[in-house]
Amino acid sequence: MSVKYSNEHEWIRVEGDVGTVGISPYAQEQLGDVVFVDVPQAGRKVTKGESVAVVESVKAASDIYSPAAGEVIEANAALAETPGDVNADPMGKGWFFKLRLGNPADLDGLMDQAAYDAFVKSLS
Amino acid sequence: MSDLKRTPLHALHQELGARLVPFAGYEMPVQYPIGILAEHAHTRTAAGLFDVSHMGQVRLTAKPGHDAAKALETLVPGDIAGLQPGQQRYTQFTNETGGILDDLMVTSTGDHLLLIVNAACKDDDLAHLARHLSAACEIEPMFSRGLLALQGPLASAALARLAPSVATMKFMTGAFVMVDGAECYITRSGYTGGDGYEISTPADKAEAIARLLLAQPEVKPIGLGARDSLRLEAGLCLYGHDIDTTTTPIEAVLLWSIGKERRAQGGFPGAGVIQKQIAEGAPRKRVGLLPEGKAIAREGAEIALAGRVIGKVTSGGFAPTLGRAVAMGTVEKALSANGTRVDLVVRGKPVPAEIVPMPFVKHAYYRG
Repeated sequence: MSVKYSNEHEWIRVEGDVGTVGISPYAQEQLGDVVFVDVPQAGRKVTKGESVAVVESVKAASDIYSPAAGEVIEANAALAETPGDVNADPMGKGWFFKLRLGNPADLDGLMDQAAYDAFVKSLS
Repeated sequence: MSDLKRTPLHALHQELGARLVPFAGYEMPVQYPIGILAEHAHTRTAAGLFDVSHMGQVRLTAKPGHDAAKALETLVPGDIAGLQPGQQRYTQFTNETGGILDDLMVTSTGDHLLLIVNAACKDDDLAHLARHLSAACEIEPMFSRGLLALQGPLASAALARLAPSVATMKFMTGAFVMVDGAECYITRSGYTGGDGYEISTPADKAEAIARLLLAQPEVKPIGLGARDSLRLEAGLCLYGHDIDTTTTPIEAVLLWSIGKERRAQGGFPGAGVIQKQIAEGAPRKRVGLLPEGKAIAREGAEIALAGRVIGKVTSGGFAPTLGRAVAMGTVEKALSANGTRVDLVVRGKPVPAEIVPMPFVKHAYYRG
C-alpha cells in the first residue's frame, strides 16, 4: 500500500488494483471550510487528469482531478452529511472516491510522500 | 503582495494568523485560523471585529453660502437634506442611465456629512465628487483613518464597556464618541444584518482600539470571507456583483432608499430612467433564490425557466446560519414572483430552485 500525490494536491492510496482518492492536508487548508463535495457516481469511467469531483468551500468551488484513469467503484456518500471530514481528516474519513485502476502506469508520474512534502514546501 | 496597500491593522492581522489576500488594492484578511464557518457563527451569536479600513471615508463640508446635503442630492437619489444631525442613510451614486456607480452610507453630524464608500470605487468616487461638488463643498478624503466594524448580538455589551453612551444609540445613527482617549465617530450600522457598530478612528489609534476590542471576552477577529457570507444571508447587495453601472436602484429593489420627495422631484443623475421605472416597473428585479439540495450556485450561474435563460445569479454561497446554499440574482420582472420555480445552471446541470423573499436570515437591528 502506497500513497502518491498529484501536483493538483490530490492523493491516491493504492491497494491491489483499487485506488482511493482524496485531497491533501495542504489542499484542505488552502480551501478553508468545506461545505459540499460533488462526488462522481459509481460506474463512471474517468481519464487521468479529468475533472471528476467538485469541492465547495465557503468561498469558492474547486475541481478535483483524477490522478489516474479507471472506473469509479464507490464514492464517499458520508461527505454529503459531513463535508467537514475533508478538513478534519483529509487523508482518512475525507476520501472522495475509489477507482479501479485502468492503467497502473499512471501512478508512475505521481509524487511519493517525500517528493510531495518538498513540493508543498516550495509553494510557501 | 508588495504593491498592495495596507490598513493600520496589517501587523495585527499577521499577529493573529490571518490569511491575507489582495482585495480592492489592499492586503486584507480573508479569514483567521478558526475559519470562515466559525467566524460567521461567532458573529451571529457573540461579536465579531472586522477591519474595514480599506473602505473610503470622505467628509463633505459646505462652503459659505452653500448646503452640503443639497449638493450631494444632485448625485444621489437618497433624502440627504432631510437627515437630522446624527442620522445615517444608505444611498447610491447614480449615472445618467440610472445605473449605480457605487453605494454608500451618509451620516450628518450637523456640521458636515460623512460618507463611507466602497474600497474599489473610492478613487473614482472622490473624482466624481470633486468634479461635481467642488463649488459647493470642501471634499476631504480621510482614507488613512481606521474603520472597524463590531457586529453581532453582543457587540453592544462589548463596546459599551469602553464607551457607555453607545448602548442607547439607535440603528442608523452616529455620534462622536471617545474610545481609549481618542475621538471616534461611531455609527450603529453594519453589513451583517445584525446589530453592531462601525467605528471610524484616527489612523494612529486604530490598532490600539482594535486590540482593546479584541480583549473583550465577546469579541473575535473576523475576515472578509465571513463578511461576505453574513451579508449574503442578510440579503444585502455587494457592489460590483449584485449592483453595478448596469443595474438601477429599482431593479436592485432599493426603492426604499429613495426619498418620497426625491422620487417625485428627481434632480439626481438618471432620474428620468428611475422615475419611469418607479411608475411603470423595471424590466428586471433582484430576487432571493433557494436552491434544492446541497449544490452551490455562484455568481454568474444562469437562471432558467422551462429551458429559457431569464437571468443570472449575482451572489451565491453557503449560508452557515441556515446550513444550506442560498443565492441572489436578477431575473425578468414578469417572472420574479416569490414561489416561482426555476433552475440554476451549476456546472452545466440544472439545480431546481425557488424564488423567495429576502433576507434569508432575519435582520436584528437595534431600534431602541
